[in-house]
Amino acid sequence: MIKEITILPGLDKAGMRESFSEITLTAGETVSIVGPTGSGKTAFITDIELLAQEDTATKRRVLINGLIPDNEVRCNPCLKPIAMITQNTKCFADLSTEEFLQIHARARGIKDTKVIEDTIDLANKFTGEKIVRTSKVTVLSGGQTRSLLVADAILIGASPIILLDEIENAGIFKQEVVKIIQNTGKIIVFVTHDPVIALLTQKRIIMQNGAVRKVIFRSNQEVKAANNLLELDKKVGIIRERLRAGKKITKELVSVSFA
Amino acid sequence: MKLLIIAGPPSSGKTSLVKQIVKKMRGEMKIAFFKIDVVKAFEDVELHKDFGILTRKYCSGDLCPDHAGVMVLGDAVEWAASNQAELFIVESAGLCLRCSPYLNQGLGIIVLSSIAGIHAPEKMGAMVTLADIAIVTKIDLVSQAEREVLVQKIKETHSSVILMETNALQGTSLHRLYDLIRNSGDIDAANLVLKGNPPLGTCTICVGKKEIGWKHHFGVIQKLDGQTAEYLYRGE
Repeated sequence: MIKEITILPGLDKAGMRESFSEITLTAGETVSIVGPTGSGKTAFITDIELLAQEDTATKRRVLINGLIPDNEVRCNPCLKPIAMITQNTKCFADLSTEEFLQIHARARGIKDTKVIEDTIDLANKFTGEKIVRTSKVTVLSGGQTRSLLVADAILIGASPIILLDEIENAGIFKQEVVKIIQNTGKIIVFVTHDPVIALLTQKRIIMQNGAVRKVIFRSNQEVKAANNLLELDKKVGIIRERLRAGKKITKELVSVSFA
Repeated sequence: MKLLIIAGPPSSGKTSLVKQIVKKMRGEMKIAFFKIDVVKAFEDVELHKDFGILTRKYCSGDLCPDHAGVMVLGDAVEWAASNQAELFIVESAGLCLRCSPYLNQGLGIIVLSSIAGIHAPEKMGAMVTLADIAIVTKIDLVSQAEREVLVQKIKETHSSVILMETNALQGTSLHRLYDLIRNSGDIDAANLVLKGNPPLGTCTICVGKKEIGWKHHFGVIQKLDGQTAEYLYRGE
């Protein structure tokens, strides 16, 4: 059972020790990692994914339930409590979508073969053009690949900790993704530049120059702002989908305003 | 002297891995490095320049480099030992994938790139199945799911191999490897034999023989120091 993970400070890009004493993320918590490009956001979640023990570039350490995870947990996907969606939009494996998921399900020790179909169905909720189970993963588009990997992380990775690196960048239905992974009892970490996602999370970790600069807890006012932004984002989403479908923008959508 | 034999296809990250090992271990033990290649090799110059360790190379020319490696390995072990090396690292050329240059002692490491292709572990045969440790490199280039799919394929090819994933340029997550090296025993140079059949299966003189070094040799390969042994078989 994962109750919490703890991140212990490492070094920033100049080799200076980070200023926090420890950051603890507990089950059910949603967190966003924000900061300029190159500030160390991806490195931060990669440390969590690798369960770093001062053996990554940042020299951070990550504990599970307060303890150092053992080697087997770090190296065996079957035992790994973490699923990560990287920014990769490409798969190199010369396999069909179905085969890819079958092998990954084996790697994660899942016996029930229904998970394959469920994963493809879920991926198809996130993407515009449907993924067919017999398509090679190498020919999927960037958005399809990311949709598949998000669905894979939720259903096959099925881990108590989910790390998502800039899901907004893939042209997939962000709202759907966020809806499904909220309130799951998991620790969910978003690396994001998207204000909606950043405001939807309970905690924001601000990065600068390779280090955590501060941790901000969402205020009540920000919850309201998040809800407003969510409404606006839905409208923007409708416009986006209309444009994608080759339709014209109607009168009511022209009058969209900040709520 | 501890022995590390590193194999893997070209551009899989063998040399990057060696650099991380040398960087980490050079303060703890004296290291010698030996590279076997075909036409040209630069690793010896690079590693000597970067870390000041003892290095040497052997180019096999027209001959299969892994086959040449089997022959000169005896000399190379002697060279490293005579220079008081405490850790001897051998990097293979890693070309035809039929080879498994690992010996019955020391550690054999297969280095595989995350983007090498999903069937690579199976295709590579003995190079994977006879290794003690498999290290998957370039993990920053692929998704976690794809990494796990490749790891699963390696496990299905060789279930007892010790698996590690790394970004060899940064040397991430290699603590376990360093511990394995520290805890590996010293070799007994008089009793080194190949774990698997020699790489070249076309020569009726050498096929099936696992001994390394010159005293078992009947071919036409030059010795490491350039001299051709007098007892070499040259045909009639």
